Amino acid sequence: MNLFCVGLNHRTANVETRELFAGHAESAHELKERGVCSEVLLLATCNRVEIYGAASDEIATDSIVRSLRGNVAADEAIDGDIFYRHDGLACTEHLFRVAAGLDSMVVGETEILGQTKQAYERARQMGSAGPILHRVFQRAFRVAKQVRSRTDITRGSVSVGSVAVDLAEKIFGDLRGRKVLLVGAGDMSEKTARALHSRGCTELRVTNRSADRATELAAQFGGRAVSFEQWTTECRDIDILISSTSADDPFLTQEILSPLVAHRINQPLFIIDIAVPRDVAPDVNELDGVYLYDIDSLQAIAEQSLALRRQAVAQGEAIVAEHVAAFRDELARFISRGFSEGNCREKPAIAASLRVSES
Amino acid sequence: MDRWFVILATLCYFAALLRTIWLIRADTYRQLGFNAVAMASGFAFQTAFLTMRGHAIGRCPITNLFEVLVFLAWSIALIYLAIGPTYRLSLMGAFTAPLVFAVQSVALMLPIDSAHPPQLTVNRWLEFHASISMIAYGAFALACVAGAMYLVQERQLKTHQLHKVFSNLPPLPNLFSAMTRLLWLGFGLYTAGLASGFLTGEPLPHLKIVLAVAIWVIYGVILVARYARAATPKRVAAFSIFAFTAAVTLLWSIEFTAQRSLHR
Repeated sequence: MNLFCVGLNHRTANVETRELFAGHAESAHELKERGVCSEVLLLATCNRVEIYGAASDEIATDSIVRSLRGNVAADEAIDGDIFYRHDGLACTEHLFRVAAGLDSMVVGETEILGQTKQAYERARQMGSAGPILHRVFQRAFRVAKQVRSRTDITRGSVSVGSVAVDLAEKIFGDLRGRKVLLVGAGDMSEKTARALHSRGCTELRVTNRSADRATELAAQFGGRAVSFEQWTTECRDIDILISSTSADDPFLTQEILSPLVAHRINQPLFIIDIAVPRDVAPDVNELDGVYLYDIDSLQAIAEQSLALRRQAVAQGEAIVAEHVAAFRDELARFISRGFSEGNCREKPAIAASLRVSES
Repeated sequence: MDRWFVILATLCYFAALLRTIWLIRADTYRQLGFNAVAMASGFAFQTAFLTMRGHAIGRCPITNLFEVLVFLAWSIALIYLAIGPTYRLSLMGAFTAPLVFAVQSVALMLPIDSAHPPQLTVNRWLEFHASISMIAYGAFALACVAGAMYLVQERQLKTHQLHKVFSNLPPLPNLFSAMTRLLWLGFGLYTAGLASGFLTGEPLPHLKIVLAVAIWVIYGVILVARYARAATPKRVAAFSIFAFTAAVTLLWSIEFTAQRSLHR
């Protein structure tokens, strides 16, 4: 019995290639139906497509790849080097790393654990996951939980949008009902607004040189468009301002903003200036209760979090290594007990799948 | 003998302080288990000291400067343990432990645990006045801690320098809200303490009355400014720190003067 993993991910294949292989759960299940594998599971996310399986005979990587390619048009030329393969304990180690987010494009992202759990649940319901995959995956979930709780791998925000949301929460606490003004309707400001909207900032105003674009974007968020000539007066009562115009010089200066925020005693104003060149003069940050962040400051915070996550990778890897060793020892004990009791048919199979000897 | 409980309590707060420093140096902050246990243990030892001393002297143990400082440290810990979990103010323990440690260290290092005059009679109003005032000081101390946390958080957000440890600080409105409530709690208790001082039936030193009323006025002005929107949250935070520093200095002066006149 051999445990293996064959797949491709964001490091080995570009998104167009990964798209071709995503979502073929049935083709993986067919491997079991055809008797190629005794157990099989497909993990397909936007960054990886992997088949985990257990089979009594050693199965060539090509035949697994062929099953993955089942629905891929024959004329699509696929480079064989995009696939990797892990066997036995290397496979368990790979799975532990994947579930813990150590192998993700954004290190420490937590979505992968949920996706792994869903993949396992789907395989279990289809009857294609058996005792071997059950043990390995349950262990992987434990490893992921430990890596998340014992290291800083998931800490901090790593994108401009999420950094902006985190800062807004530090400044305002609860974001529900906060008023947001978008000046300019660029892609980045739209994404940031979307992130804020998802946290409860439901009152959105948009202003843009093109009134149509402002109206269109405002409609997306259930907000309202504001005349571009009069948007500064909105600063009297908004909470968050996101600016991303293509102006050559800063148009929001301390002189303009100061009288507008003078009456705001306990009402901070958070300004996110995503534009390059900047829309807001840096000395605006000196005003009491005004917190100005430009794209560089937001990116610096995101980089800082990413660096912390990278530092935590070594700790995460150590936890994974501990678990791989513990898993191997646990299986060795399990097998030894199984052989001496002579009452378990599945134990030798599990042992062989991981190439664990009794000694 | 009962002094050992104060030493043990101080060691508990020192352990919490060391742990916080270690975590800051290691650039990590994993909450709060150790600090919570250390502070709860410190509080238990303080309570043991106050109980033993109270039984020994047959009255509330705030009869000399040593006892006053321990009672003040106990009040700070009491308010922290009561409100810390309620407001989910992460890191407040990290800010409170050094304060309590400092107060108790001063109490232990100075020769201020003077003998008790045997002829002292128990005046219930006087005891109520003194103890409720001390607990009010505990609330003011925590308001000062919340103010310090607010200023640290505000500074971080202004300068864009988000320290990893202090990234656990609560949002500004939560800190401001906790600070305001602690100021109200302290002000209410202090008012009760001040009013009860006039019911003791004993002659009150003129200086003591003036200083006590001055503290009451300072906190009253802070609260009025806060609600009249005459002061920004940042200023209220700064005033809370200033007011507590002033209050402790005045408290020290009051007790020091009282002890000197007692020994004359």
